[in-house]
Amino acid sequence: MPLSLLFYFAALIAVGSAILVVLNRNAVYSAIFLVLCFFSLAMIYLLLEAYFLAVLEIFIYAGAIMVLFLFVVMLLNLGREKALPHFMKFQRALSLMLVILFFFGVSLIMVVGSGELHQPTIKFSSGSVYALGEALFTKFLLPFEVASLLLLVALIGTVYLAKRKI
Amino acid sequence: MDLLGFIIILVKVLVVFAATMLTVLVMIYLERRVSAFMQGRLGPNRVGPQGLLQPIADGIKFMMKEDIVPAGADKPIFILAPAILLIPALMTFAVIPFGSDITLFGRQIPLQVADVNVGILYVLALTSIGVYGIVLAGWSSNSKYSLLGGLRSSAQLISYELAMGLAVVSIILLSGSLKLNDIVADQQGYLFSWNVFKQPLAFIIFLVAVYAETNRLPFDLSEAEQELVGGYHTEYSSIKFAMFFMAEYANMITAAALTVTLFFGGWDFPLVDESSLGILGTVLSVCSFILKMGFFLFLFIWVRWTFPRFRYDQLMKLGWKVMLPLALFNIFITAGYLTVRALV
Repeated sequence: MPLSLLFYFAALIAVGSAILVVLNRNAVYSAIFLVLCFFSLAMIYLLLEAYFLAVLEIFIYAGAIMVLFLFVVMLLNLGREKALPHFMKFQRALSLMLVILFFFGVSLIMVVGSGELHQPTIKFSSGSVYALGEALFTKFLLPFEVASLLLLVALIGTVYLAKRKI
Repeated sequence: MDLLGFIIILVKVLVVFAATMLTVLVMIYLERRVSAFMQGRLGPNRVGPQGLLQPIADGIKFMMKEDIVPAGADKPIFILAPAILLIPALMTFAVIPFGSDITLFGRQIPLQVADVNVGILYVLALTSIGVYGIVLAGWSSNSKYSLLGGLRSSAQLISYELAMGLAVVSIILLSGSLKLNDIVADQQGYLFSWNVFKQPLAFIIFLVAVYAETNRLPFDLSEAEQELVGGYHTEYSSIKFAMFFMAEYANMITAAALTVTLFFGGWDFPLVDESSLGILGTVLSVCSFILKMGFFLFLFIWVRWTFPRFRYDQLMKLGWKVMLPLALFNIFITAGYLTVRALV
């Protein structure tokens, strides 16, 4: 029982902070709430006994990517209140429709086909790091290599954009 | 979980926390005293015998000072930032094993607060969270010096985290496990089974990166007094400033403990099998751990008063153009060696 209570606690923080990311007018606060959201997701991973994934979530998303986001936001130096204009009515209506659509889609899947939700193929438990490594280098070798190639291309592109003379 | 097990864990948490805080006090005293001796001065010697009570007097002074929040500061974040820095600094020590197992009340108790499956990654993840404390402190102070200090420091932390993580990877390759317990067990036996002899390059990279990660000289550009007044904590006063101070020292303690664990056999006393000696072996292992850690803490102070500060571009150049390629090279060599050994 306490474990499911912990889940509801983490889920509440995740949803609450995610909403606050969108609603906050100040971009720095949005970034901080996004970090909080990552932390609660890491907590949910921990409850699923996926320790490795939980640590990676904090290490990469909260520890590396969001720090860079925060950097950019701070250096752009947006004022406190004038941060973003309020006139995007069309976008608002569209996003509201999409949210409702998504919500109904997810609940439909949960109600109708609950048995067909994909279960994780890797058993996360004591040897999760071994299992993950083995899966990456055998079963998912091609996607893994393609992803690393993509990252390499992005890296070269960044260097090209950032450097004036090559 | 039974009641006794719960009490044991609670006691361990309290002991580790108290020991860390006590070491912080001792380090603050030693920093001033040792630096004084290195400069041919006496240092604080009036409060208590040999000035031993000086850190406590300092602590009381910090608490009594007026707590100022500058006008134009972002108040919630300004208050939150020191806590964001201090809490991960105090949490990291939880996974470090500081002695061999002890048998009490008929059960075996590991001298480690939490034996986490992904131990070393937990430490690295928490270190990367500390960056937020510095960045947010710099931003929320609404001061140019603070912002510059915060940005400098976080850029430095991100750059050196990479080299540090990659140096640790070669250790993980050798021991085949992320658990700090396994890494210590892997180094048991005679003196040359310590990782520092197997991975000298990784050790040097790790040690340099640690000095950058803890914002200590020669890499303390974030609080370079001559350029930035006090860096990210320029605007902080009273107990909030003390929290930054404590976080810095807590980080140093964890860094020293981690260096010992990864490269100097942890609690291992060379040529002695601690587990066969019973309670005496445990005492010996804890003493050996404290002794090694003490040396690395002293090294922090020693280095501070020996080397001049780097320039900012030199620091970045060293991090990205020297340390990172060297660490990658080291991983390549280690992995190659392990592959060849597996084949032969």
